[in-house]
Formats: sequence, C-alpha cells, structure tokens
Amino acid sequence: MAAATILVLVVAACIAAPWYAAHVSQTDPFASDLDGSITLNGQPVDIMQSADTGFGVTPIGPTWSAHYFLGADNQGRDVAARLLYGGRNSLLIAGGATLICLLLAGLVGTVAGFSGGIIDMILARALDVLWAFPVYLLAISLSAVLISHGLQIGPIVVSSDSLLIPVSIIGLVFVPYVARPIRGQVLQLAQSDFVLAARCLGVPRPRILWKDIMPNVTTTLIVFTPLMMALNMLTEAALSFLSIGVQPPAASWGTIILDGEGLLYTRPMVAVAPGIAIMITVVALNFLGDGVREAFDPRAKLRVQK
Amino acid sequence: MIDLKKAALVIIAACALAPAAQAQEHRGGTLQLVSASAAGTIDPQVNYTNQYWQLFINIYDGLVTFKKTAGTASNDVVPDLAVAIPQPQDGGRTYVFTLRPGIKFSNGAPVTPDDVVATFERIFKVNNPNAGSWYNNIVGGDACLKAAATCTLPDGVIADDKADTITFHLVNPNPEFLFQIAVPFASIVPAGTPAKDMGTVPVPGTGAYMITSYDPQKALIVKRNPYFKVWNAAAQPDGYVDEIDFNFGITDENGITAVENGSYDWEFDPAPADRLAEMSTRFASQVHIDPLLAIYYAAMNTNLAPFNNFDARLALNYAINRKDTVQIFGGKKLAVPNCQVLPPDFPGYQPYCPYTLNPGTKWSAPDLAKAKAYMAKSGEAGQKVTVITDDQGVDPALGTYVASVLNKLGFVATTHVLSANIQFNYIQNTNNKVQISITQWYQDYPAASDFLNVLLTCGQIHPGSDNSINIAGYCNKQYDANVQAVLKTAVTDPAKANSEWAAIDKQATDAAPWATMFTPKQLDFVSKRLGNFTYSDQFHMLFDKVWVQ
Repeated sequence: MAAATILVLVVAACIAAPWYAAHVSQTDPFASDLDGSITLNGQPVDIMQSADTGFGVTPIGPTWSAHYFLGADNQGRDVAARLLYGGRNSLLIAGGATLICLLLAGLVGTVAGFSGGIIDMILARALDVLWAFPVYLLAISLSAVLISHGLQIGPIVVSSDSLLIPVSIIGLVFVPYVARPIRGQVLQLAQSDFVLAARCLGVPRPRILWKDIMPNVTTTLIVFTPLMMALNMLTEAALSFLSIGVQPPAASWGTIILDGEGLLYTRPMVAVAPGIAIMITVVALNFLGDGVREAFDPRAKLRVQK
Repeated sequence: MIDLKKAALVIIAACALAPAAQAQEHRGGTLQLVSASAAGTIDPQVNYTNQYWQLFINIYDGLVTFKKTAGTASNDVVPDLAVAIPQPQDGGRTYVFTLRPGIKFSNGAPVTPDDVVATFERIFKVNNPNAGSWYNNIVGGDACLKAAATCTLPDGVIADDKADTITFHLVNPNPEFLFQIAVPFASIVPAGTPAKDMGTVPVPGTGAYMITSYDPQKALIVKRNPYFKVWNAAAQPDGYVDEIDFNFGITDENGITAVENGSYDWEFDPAPADRLAEMSTRFASQVHIDPLLAIYYAAMNTNLAPFNNFDARLALNYAINRKDTVQIFGGKKLAVPNCQVLPPDFPGYQPYCPYTLNPGTKWSAPDLAKAKAYMAKSGEAGQKVTVITDDQGVDPALGTYVASVLNKLGFVATTHVLSANIQFNYIQNTNNKVQISITQWYQDYPAASDFLNVLLTCGQIHPGSDNSINIAGYCNKQYDANVQAVLKTAVTDPAKANSEWAAIDKQATDAAPWATMFTPKQLDFVSKRLGNFTYSDQFHMLFDKVWVQ
C-alpha cells in the first residue's frame, strides 16, 4: 500500500511538471540560461558563477526556495523542474517498454508453449539467442544505430528523436526474460487436468487457449508488470547516461545524471537528485511487485489466513 | 688582494659549465603521464592524434622538424636528419636534402637515403590519412594512391647513396611542403619496416627515446635510445628523463587527483570543468595556460535545409552568445570568443567579427534583433533541426547550448550525442544528412591554408565518404580561385600571401558556413616535482624538456 502511495505521488509530481516550471520555478527547463541571474535574499545572484581566478564556472547550488530549489545544471537550467520533466519521460519509457515487453512476451511464450512442435522449437531457440546476448550490449548496439538514423519500416517512419525508439529497444531486449517463464507455464498448463479434460470433451483449441490458459498467463504477466517496469527504468537510465537514450534538450533521470557527472565535485545534487528519484521509484515498484505476487498467489493467501 | 683575473676566469668557467651541470643535475627519473585511454596504433605514419604526436617527436625524426622550443619560434622548421634546409629549385618543385652522417636507428642500423625513399613510399602503402591531401603532390604520388601496395616513387623521391642526398620532385610548387614533412607522418623509419599498420609493435626510430613496450589497456613505455647522440638540439635534444611511462585507464577526474597527489606528472585529457576552480586556487603553481591554434565551431550544412538558406546561417551567427560558449568551455582564462575561421595569432589572421552587436574586430555581445530579423527573412521558423555532437569533454554541453539557441530563434531543435569514436567521421559523410554539428579543428602546421583551404574548398567535399573534411559542404568557385591564387603567391612571397589569406578569411566568415564559437587555450596540469615546463605551439608540452628530479 505504501509502495503504491509513493508511486502515485511520484507520478502525480511528474504530471505536474509543466505547472511547477510555469508557476513555481518560473523557468524554461529546456532552454540554456548561462548568463541569467535570480534574486536571493534580496540580492541578485548569477545562475552561473565564475571563479575569481577566471578558471571554471560553477552553477548555482540548491537554494531550497521556489527558484532553483535543487540548483542549476551546466546549462543554467533549473534541476528541480528538469527532474519532474525527466520523471515523465523515464516513467513513460519504462511504462511503454513494459507494455511492449509483456505483450510480445505473452504472445511468444503462449504461442510457443501451446503450439509445441516445430513452432515451439523455433520460438524457444530464438528466445535463447536473444537471452544469450548481453542485454546492455544489445540495447547499446540497437540504440547507436537507431538514434543516429531513426527507424523506417515500410510506411512507418520513426524519427531519431522519438521516445518510441528507447521504448521499443528496451521493450524488445527484455522479451526473453518474461517469455521463457510464460512458455514454461503454458507447457505446464497444457498438461494440466482441466485442460486435458476440456480437450477430451472436444472443446476447440482456441477456446481452451482463451478460457483456460490466458487467465493464468495474464496473472503472471500482471505480477511481472511492476518488476519489469523497475528493470526498464534502470535500463533507460543506463542508456540515457550513455547518451543513447533520451536526447537533449529533453530530459530523463538518466540524462540528468549524465549532466551532473561533470559537476560531482562542485554540485553533486545535479546527479544525486535523479539518482534518489530512480531509487525511490524502483524500490516502490519492487515492493509493489512483491505485493501483487502475493495477492495473486493462492498459497501466499493460505499462508496469510493461517 | 684578490686576483681579479683568476676570479674572472672562475666566473666565466662556472657560467659556461652551468647548463651542462644543470642537465646532469636533473637528468634521470621517470616521467609519469596518464590518460583515460590509449590513442590507437603506434605506427608514426598512421597515427593522427595529438596524444601520440606529442610522444613521437621524441622518438622519431624527419628530414626537418619543428623547433623544440617555447613560444612562436616553435613554429619554425629546422633541419633534423638533413644537414640543412635546402633552397627550393625549379620554381619550388624540387628540394635536395643532404642526410646527416653517422645517425643510427634504435636497432643499431645506420640511416641511409634508401630509408628515406622507403619511408615516403610506405606513407602510401599504409594508407596514411593525409597521403591523398599532402603527399600526393610528390611526383608519382597519385599513382601510389591508386596502387598503394606496390607504390614506388622513382621520379618523386630519388636517393643518391654516394652523395648522401635525397631529391624530391613535386608536381606543383607547394609552399607548405616543409611543414608537411616536419610532422611525425614523415618520420624516417628503416627501409625494412613492414608495409602495414604496425599497430602495437614499435617501429625503430632515431630520436632520443624508443618505445620498449605498448599495451593499449595498460601503458606505453618509452626509454632512452642507446644509439642516440645529439646532432641538433633544436630538433632533437637529449631529454632529461630516462623513461617516459604513458599510463592508460585512469579517468580525467582520477587523473587530476593523482597529479595533485604526485602519483602522476601530467594528465593528457582536458581537466573536468568542476575541478578547474580547485586546480587554479590550491594548485595554481602547477597550472600552465598556453595558446592553442584551434577553433570550436558549429558547421552548418550549406546544401541541406534549413542551413542551405544563407539568412538562417546568419541568424544563428548573430544569435550565438560566444561568451556563453566560453563559459561552457571553462571560463575566460581558457577560451577567447571568436567569429572568424582563423584563430588569433595564426599566419594570415586579422581580427574580424561581423556577427556582434558592434561589428568590427572583436565580439562583444549577440545581436538578437538582427538574428530575429534574419530568421524572419529566412522563412525557416518551425523547421526541425538536429545538432550532432560527440560525447567527449564540453562538446555535449555545446551541442545542447546551440540547440537551445536554435529553439529560441524558432527552429525545433534537438541534440544527438554520438560516441566520439564515430562522430567526426559521421558528420563528414553526406549520406548521413547532418544539418549542423559541433566540432573543432586544431592546426596541423602553421599555415592559413590548413584552415581556409583544407576545410572550406570544393575539392575537400567527397560525397558519401567518411573523409570529407569540408563538413559544411561549402563550395564557391570564386572562393576556390582566390585560395589557389594565394597558394601560388605563398611560394614566392609568404608575407603578401598572409595578407591575402586575411581577405579570404573575411570572405569565408561572411559566407557563414560555420558559426565559430571560440578559440580554446591549452591547460596543462603538472605535478609539483615537474620542472622546466616548456610549451611548443606545435606539439604542446615538450616531454624531453621537462625534468622530474
């Protein structure tokens, strides 16, 4: 419950990003502001502060007030406003990738497990190949190509700056993680008594699939949802940190950490704030995943009832 | 009573012996260098990185080289393996060099004119990066480009073993020929050196040092060449340190900390922006700032929308706040705003800045009113623009900044950050349809043509190739004709040529194929024990001039 509440708060805060930027921080979180200034305690303060020696320029640190609450990044942009905007992209990508991953994994796993024979063999080996490939290496390779050239499949054109690219890549690379257990479950279900009984009664295979197999598979997919979302969020952050996820000036929590990398000694908040945001969200998603699993696990219910 | 004569003799003797005593006093020790990564092959005729050129000049010699000294004199060419710099003959088409006698490679073999011939043939055989732009002017060079594996230059480079001479015949007079053979590409290597990129295998040289081991994951170790004897200290001095260790795998942040602690003597990589203030206050005596003959610029594709529109290019040039780009680079001590193609203090440079609030010789502030007027005139508002930048140093921040300026002008701009390993070639290839990119250019040698000819003439556009260095695709026949005319003038009258280069610089700047941002400065951060820091404009810190004890 607490995990769900935290997630709702995170999502609500991210949805409120435009309002925060317009009415609280009153800055454009995507525009560089290298020679601007703000008023702090009645005094004008430069957003980017030059060192007395003339070497190096340091962005303003956390003011803990409306403007530049968490300070500025190396472009003089409000970190707090970017954090909220970045959260929108991070959640959107993690959510979208999870949806694609679960749909593909559910489809492939079910078809492979229920069809058996040559179809199962082909799909299972394809999953094995994808599984054997290092996930991050695969994601980096795909990103490096797609981020440069965009994607064109027939009439469908996805521009290189579209969020659909990181969504699709992350969704795709994790398909085997879900599809393999789904296939195993379907194989097991196909041999279960109630399915055998249905087959003996002459129930058509599509109906067995729809009425007997899918409900069980759906439960598993629901349990996987928060866990995969947490994993996808971490992957998105990693790809964006490597400059192959969300492209600037758009923000995600990963890109903000990257922006903060060069400021770790002087303005650690730029990297720490999105790091904390990722940690809170991922922990909440994992707790939620555990909760969902227990809620759908009949044995867990029995244990609770004892 | 003091014997004044004797006293005077003692003083004179002490003064005469002082440099030798100083050399002996500081001789020895290991110079510890550090970098995040190795820079690829150690074949001097293939590697095109400043990281290794800085080292190669201590290991290899050409017939001529740049003087190893500080200041502007470091741009002068001095004889190295050649006895003297020859006067060009045949209207600048022929050069006859006489080889110094008694010089040996680090493997003990003597240097002969045949080695020089083999070296220049090998330049083509190993596909040297500039074989097609510099060395193909040697007679037979173009044929070698077509059949590199079997390259011979019987009419272009001719050895006379009896007279110890090597004669070069050029297709056209080339005022920059001596510069082009003074860089490490033209290092003389033994005739038997395999005609392939030697990768991690050291090639014998004639310099004060030799490479003894190279592991790109770990370190490059350089020790004294036992066969080396000083023949011209201005070209190849006897270094102070006995060994140079170039260590790899230390990030820039850790490298700075290690230099502060004295674990290393110098870091190759640029200092991270967040360490500059600390370095300049707590370790001020260890920081050295020197000029760089380089520029950072945004290259706009003049053949692709929206920057095939002259007004759109002007709009960006007027809108860019060059002070902001200097801030991004590290502040006013580390960079100077620049509007034109040539960097300050470069041959042919005359200050010129039309893209500022008060046009004249110096940039003062962006002229947003003009920028917006040109933007409106261009009719390109709403156009999607992608700024391509690499992921190293300040480049991503510059890319983000330029995208922000474009958005303010009314474009819909985003940035694409590519790995530095591919970005420079990617932005050159016309197939990639790059609209605008962030890049930089460092001089190869001190001649205006190295910017104005190399980067902006029609001949430097190679559609579909990764080596099409005219990134903006700027092609203007009149401009090309002017460049060719100045190149001819430079053969006979370099001073007049430099004033003509200034006019061409203005012509290029006015055409606005680029938005030049700034000229950087070199920051060298050295350990406390490192002494006699000497900075050459051409190769930067001279490793053989510094001492560590």
